[in-house]
Parts: sequence; C-alpha cells; structure tokens
Amino acid sequence: MSKVGFLNPLNSMNLRQKTILLIAVIILVLVTIFLSSYSIDTSTMVTNFMARNQAPSFEHLFGTDWLGRDMFTRTIKGLGLSIMIGAIASILSSIVAMIMAFLSSINKYGDTLMAWLIDFFSSIPHLLLLIMISICLGKGAIGVIIGVAFTHWTSLARVLRVEIKEINTSEYVNLARRLGKGNLWVAKEHILPLVVTQIIVGTLLIFPHAIMHEASITFLGFGLSPHEPAIGIILSESMSYLTMGDWWLAFFPGAALLIVVLLFDILGEQIEKLLDPTKAQK
Amino acid sequence: MYLNANNISFAYKKNKPILKNISISIPDNKVIGLMGDSGSGKSTLCKVITGYIENYTGTVTLDREVINNKGYHPAQLIFQHPEKTMNPKWKMHKVLEESWNPPQELMDTFGLKDNWLGRWPNELSGGELQRFSILRALNPNTKFIIADEISTMLDAVTQVQIWDALLDYCKHNKIGILAVSHDKELLDVIADDIILFDDINKL
Ligand SMILES: Nc1ncnc2c1ncn2[C@@H]1O[C@H](COP(=O)(O)OP(=O)(O)OP(=O)(O)O)[C@@H](O)[C@H]1O
Ligand SMILES: [Mg+2]
Repeated sequence: MSKVGFLNPLNSMNLRQKTILLIAVIILVLVTIFLSSYSIDTSTMVTNFMARNQAPSFEHLFGTDWLGRDMFTRTIKGLGLSIMIGAIASILSSIVAMIMAFLSSINKYGDTLMAWLIDFFSSIPHLLLLIMISICLGKGAIGVIIGVAFTHWTSLARVLRVEIKEINTSEYVNLARRLGKGNLWVAKEHILPLVVTQIIVGTLLIFPHAIMHEASITFLGFGLSPHEPAIGIILSESMSYLTMGDWWLAFFPGAALLIVVLLFDILGEQIEKLLDPTKAQK
Repeated sequence: MYLNANNISFAYKKNKPILKNISISIPDNKVIGLMGDSGSGKSTLCKVITGYIENYTGTVTLDREVINNKGYHPAQLIFQHPEKTMNPKWKMHKVLEESWNPPQELMDTFGLKDNWLGRWPNELSGGELQRFSILRALNPNTKFIIADEISTMLDAVTQVQIWDALLDYCKHNKIGILAVSHDKELLDVIADDIILFDDINKL
C-alpha cells in the first residue's frame, strides 16, 4: 500500500467509477464545445483588416487568418458543425444498420441478401463511395450525411445480424415460442435488451469516422460548401497560406479536430466497458 | 385425452435417418417411461413431439387433432440442461413469469426458495435451475410433460422430492408424462409402462 494512495482520490476509486468519471469528463468537454459553437460571440469572426495574419497570442489564441478573423472562434464553430454532422450521420447509419439486421432476421432470403449487401458495401473504399454519393446528392451537408450513413452501417449491421441470429436460435427463445410468444415478444423482451449495448456503442464508434470523412471530403472539395464554417474548409483554405509560414491556420483546427475524434473513440470504448464488462475484457 | 406421434420420420442430415416411422401414444393419466441407447434419438423424438423440430414427416396430434405450433404447445419439454433454456440476462422471476405465476404452495413443494427469484441464472446451481424449468412447464395450459432426463444431475434425495412433487401435480391436473431416462430403477418406480426406444424405432 502506498502512503500517498489515500491522498489521491483517483486511487481510491474502483475501475467502474473511473470509467464513469472518464465518460462524464469526455461528454462534458464535447457538450461544451458543441454548445459554445452555437452561442459563441461571432463578432470576432468578422473581417478585420487591422488584425490580419496574426500569430497566436493571448488575444487570439489560435491566431487570425488573412481576413483578420479569429481562428479560435472559427475552429469552435467548425467543431460544432462537425459534431452536428457526425451525430446525424452516425444515428442515421445505425438506423440503416438496424433495419438491415432486422430484414436479415425475417427469413433465409433476406439473410442471404443482407450478407451480400454487407460484403458489397464494405468492400468498396469508403471515401470513393462517399464522394460518389455526395456528388449525386449535390454535395452539401445532406450529401455528406447520407454518404456517411450509407457507407458506415455495415460493421454494426454485421454485429447485430450475428447477435440476433444467435438469440433467435437459442433454446430460450425456442422455448418462449413453445409458450406461444410471438415475434413481437421475442424482439422486445429477448432481442432488444441484449443488442441495445451494441447499438449504443456502435453508434458512438461511427462518430469518429463520420467526422473524419466529412472533413476530408470537404477538404477535397466534394463536401460542404465554402460558406460553411467547416474544419475541412478551414484546412483547404489555409493550404495556400502555409507556404507563407502561417502554420497556425492549419495546426490548431487540425489538432482540435483530431482531439474531438479521439474523444469520441475513447467514449465509445469506455461506454462499452461500462455496459458490457465481459465483452471489453475479451 | 391422448397425445399421439404418428409415423414420425426425421433426419438431421440426408440419408442418415434418426427417427424411422415412429409411433407412440401417451394418455393423460399415465407416466410412460422411455429407455434407449445413448445417441439413438430419444431427445430428437422429444423435440419433434414438443414442436422444437418442425421439418419431420408424420403428425403429432392431441385427440386426433394436429397441434398448431404457433400458440401455446400443450406438450411442454423439460430439458436435461436447464441453463440453456433461460435468457442469461433475465432474473429468475422473469424466467418463470414468461410462462405463468405459480402459487406459493406449489413453489414450496418443489423446494423453490423465495430469494432465488431475484437472482440471475448463473447464480444458481443446475439442480436449482431445474426446479424453475419444471415449474415453468406446469402452466395450466400444459396437457403433457415431456421430461428428457430431467433428474440426471440431481442427488438421490432431491430426485425423489422433485419427482414426488411432479407426479402429484400431474395426477391432480390430468397431465400425462413421457419420462426419458437411462435409469431403469427410476423408471420402475415412476412409470406405469416402459417403452424401449429400439422397439418403436425400427422399420
Ligand atoms: N442438432 C443436431 N444436428 C445434427 N445431429 C444431431 C443433432 N442433435 C443430435 N444429433 C444426432 O442425432 C443422434 C440422436 O441424438 P439424440 O440427442 O436424439 O440421442 P439420445 O437418444 O437423446 O441420446 P442420449 O441418451 O445420449 O441423450 C445422435 O447421433 C446425435 O449425434
Ligand atoms: Mg438425449
């Protein structure tokens, strides 16, 4: 036993409490970013030629751009948009996954078709398919969201399909049917409670992908329009100024985006640990 | 009332028939014992009779009417291994309630303790779980019990207690029993008739 152990509150907590604390902190950070992006004072974002191309300072933490706009404000705005698009895309993606998994559980043909669709969609490079869908839908936020949703449902659908099949063929579900219980009962009482963890974790784990893909196709010019305060737009605009030594234009927004992505990744893992400790140990 | 299996044939894999034109009749006022070699197909027959296997040929009837496998099955199977027949994420009271709410005195005769109701399946022993799966099968809609080596895992005293309770309940409620076991002595005590599986499973 270390003497200083009891002085450090982190040491006296068990693993579960630490997990909950970590989850709470991450959610707090993400919610703060999200809320502040929609309530932040945008007056510092207007064009200000007196303060162009300034390196980071206390007044402008992330510096300013070539129009004198505060990069910190722009970054927060961009992150808010990223989280928003990530949320909609991930949820939509899980809904697609749930529908697909449900269809595959109806009968053999549905299952064969779904297995094929899952393999087909996961064999195409995400970025390529995403860009195609985005272009077809006229770029913009809708194109990105639909693009991400339709390229990222496969992993969750695969997990759900296997899990549902296992439950459906289990002896306890078979027995429930001999007790006269119908599909609705089996789905509501036996299947849903057992897959809800996978659905929550699956949705959270799509988040980082959604955010990164949105930023990258926006960066490449196939995503959000240049009028949107997106991180991808900030990064692509800053490209031409990097050569002039304005490193902060790309560094802070890029790093902030990576941190947000990492936070979502950790959040997904920790929530999985919390909800299903046996799975996380495997 | 009679439960009949008529000319049942079944194979898990093509060309390897397990059940060959089997017929068996169980009256609601008797206990029929079924004995046979390991791997001969007794459990398979039990699953056909109780609706767990559907792609067989032949018919399973209750007083000449083919049983509808959509609703509550009048012949309930009790398995040798109860743990697989319970949702691992359900507490025991829910496992029981999925079928019915047995009266307290019935729970007592089966030696089922109240505090077991709040536990998860993996917190009970095989013998304790088996009491639940027997009680679960005694829903008032049950007309026949198909007991597939249900007491193999129990010690002698518990075996007697549980069979006493089950036989008593079934006698009073006119429930017929098909009891599968390797234990000749047990069947001699509980069964009115004993059938050898090999005698009914030959073409
Ligand atoms: N799900 C299955 N798929 C394929 N073959 C199976 C399956 N279940 C059982 N069998 C095979 O069918 C045969 C009969 O099995 P069954 O369980 O009915 O025998 P049993 O008479 O109950 O044996 P025991 O006395 O050991 O319980 C065995 O050869 C077994 O390997
Ligand atoms: Mg058997």
